[in-house]
Amino acid sequence: MYRYDEFDHRLVAERIAQFRRQVKRRLAGEITEDQFKPLRLKNGVYLQLHAYMLRVNVPYGTLSSRQMRKFAHVARTYDRGFGHFTTRQNIQYHWIRLEQVPDILEELASVEITTIQSSGNCVRNITSDQYAGVARDELADPRVYCELLRQYSVLHPEFSYLPRKFKIAVTGSPNDRAAVAVHDIGLRMHRNAAGEIGFEVLVGGGLGRTPYIAHTIRDWVSPEDLLAYVESILRIYNIYGRRDNIHKARIKIIVNQLGIDRYRELVEEDFAASKGMPRPELPREEIDRIATYFAPPPYERLEDIQDELDALAASDARFAAWLRHNVAPHKQQGYAIVNVMLKAPGAVPGDITAEQMDALADMADEHSFGELRVNHRQNLVLPYVRQRDLYTVWKKLDALVLATPNLGLLSDVISCPGLDYCALANARSIPVARDISARFVDVDRLAAIGPLTINVSGCMNACGHHHVGNIGILGVDKRGKEFFQLTLGGSSDQNASLGDRLGPGLAQEDVPDAIEAIVDCYLDLREEGERFLDTYRRVGIEPFKEAVYGTVEERAIA
Amino acid sequence: MTALVRNGELVEDRFTDVSRADALPEHGALLVSLEQWQANRDALLARGEPLGIKLRSDQMPQAIANDLEHFDVIALEFPKFRDGRAYSYARLLRERYGYKKELRAVGEVLLEQLHFMLRCGFDAFEIRDPDPLAAYRAAAADYTVWYQPTGDGRPTAMQLRRQRLQQG
Repeated sequence: MYRYDEFDHRLVAERIAQFRRQVKRRLAGEITEDQFKPLRLKNGVYLQLHAYMLRVNVPYGTLSSRQMRKFAHVARTYDRGFGHFTTRQNIQYHWIRLEQVPDILEELASVEITTIQSSGNCVRNITSDQYAGVARDELADPRVYCELLRQYSVLHPEFSYLPRKFKIAVTGSPNDRAAVAVHDIGLRMHRNAAGEIGFEVLVGGGLGRTPYIAHTIRDWVSPEDLLAYVESILRIYNIYGRRDNIHKARIKIIVNQLGIDRYRELVEEDFAASKGMPRPELPREEIDRIATYFAPPPYERLEDIQDELDALAASDARFAAWLRHNVAPHKQQGYAIVNVMLKAPGAVPGDITAEQMDALADMADEHSFGELRVNHRQNLVLPYVRQRDLYTVWKKLDALVLATPNLGLLSDVISCPGLDYCALANARSIPVARDISARFVDVDRLAAIGPLTINVSGCMNACGHHHVGNIGILGVDKRGKEFFQLTLGGSSDQNASLGDRLGPGLAQEDVPDAIEAIVDCYLDLREEGERFLDTYRRVGIEPFKEAVYGTVEERAIA
Repeated sequence: MTALVRNGELVEDRFTDVSRADALPEHGALLVSLEQWQANRDALLARGEPLGIKLRSDQMPQAIANDLEHFDVIALEFPKFRDGRAYSYARLLRERYGYKKELRAVGEVLLEQLHFMLRCGFDAFEIRDPDPLAAYRAAAADYTVWYQPTGDGRPTAMQLRRQRLQQG
């Protein structure tokens, strides 16, 4: 993985020194909360309902065991012994004291982790495929470009006061695990006729109040031009993006207001005009230099041991279920990708204790070349596990309650922190997520239902990405009471789609029954080999409406 | 109180900001609005006195791209510190349209933003601080590492790394 050199270290040190001065001025009352707010936000510090929250970047989801141990240390020393992984490859601490933040930042900097631009109207943490570098379907490692984008976006002099936050995601695989189509900029690597790697550039995707799937602004941008092209997209956004209304300030609004063709014209004009001016061109040698940081680990020469694993699975049904659902094929023979589930029945999605973090760091050292990954579904990954270690790894994860065999299944619920923590929320999303995972515990039933994603957001800002859940759940406040609106048919993969609204909001206690009804309806209607999403796309919303709210006639009477 | 710091020195502002005035004074170095410039172009040029123009954040510098030779100062307004359009305008003026004279940041200019503004090509700033020069110097020294190339020509981390590699 990438290692800081003296320049990276110096910049982070200067950043922390600056923030330490700002915190001091705030605590001494020399600046008001109003003046302090944008300064703290750009350092990932939020003021929530009960305490300060600190959002920490895990750049493109790649994490060393050393960094994970530091996360555990911070959780134990400065928080209440746990942290929360989000949908954007961040970890959040929810019980932080402002006066301690500069010290926390120094602790994190010692392991090359920062909170720079984890909030604020600037380019946020660059996110990517949690299977980067190990996926069988990958064309090239997206992390090389993520790191170049990370450096490029840190303290950008021109783009630190954009109209609104700006999220960039990169995938190096045709099977999109980074949800690039719902980002402000999505980058999809592909090959041209000459066999070279380049990028399809998408722009204007996003969720929130006004969800949009991104448009392709250009089919092909060469790696050498990537940053310069991104710079032109950002410049046009910085100049033309709306600043009159915070809810209309994201790039998706201006792209759709101008139309993608006009937006493209403006970007192309700027891109052409910026040739020969100072712009972030990438020499091939620099790309190659960064790529050396992401060279494969020293794999052992091993054979696949499918037969042995099958035999173990035959004798242990729990191991079999875990192997089937949580382990993914690896591009290196004899190795496997292990998903670590932060989704036990009744658990808070994404929450992890300091003890679990330490244990995972040890496991990463022993079984995964000291490396972990964070995905955008609030789970973790051990990316380089020898197949012959799988049984041991399962035993250890099981003992840590991190082996629930539900990756991509109904109880693998994504949820934002909701009204339990967040000052923006209308409703408590966590209890809904917990109710669902506590209701659907039968492993065989979950497996029979098959792939089905559920996403819960506590308000229309959509941090739980409810629009792209196969089943989306949105908390709303109606006259002081919490209700939950369901949407069906969302997806964030390479065939991304936004969910359709099912009907009136439900009370919290009725949500699990509604999910049951939707699932039963799907199981009745599905044809051989269909996932929930396939069935939904084939039959439409009406049967599900009936299942939850009764027939049209019944609804008319009600 | 507001002070003008230009190229790292405290300076007297010789321009009178008339951009919101109804009528233009007969004499003196003026800072006019885009509308005033467009309506009184010939008269302003005939005065033969120093002239500056102040652009609001919704006025793109393209509008004066062919007139740059006439201005001794261009002031770009930050109506709110959050409004970051003028960072792009500054780079366009310096790097694309080739403007060489004073480029002044006016309005809500926070000390924390100075280093960004310097990198985008501003060389003059309205500073609100009891000790404006000390505040300016401290803020301008916040950072010594840069990842992005801009018209100020400061070497980026990438350039320094490559130099080092080439020197072996």
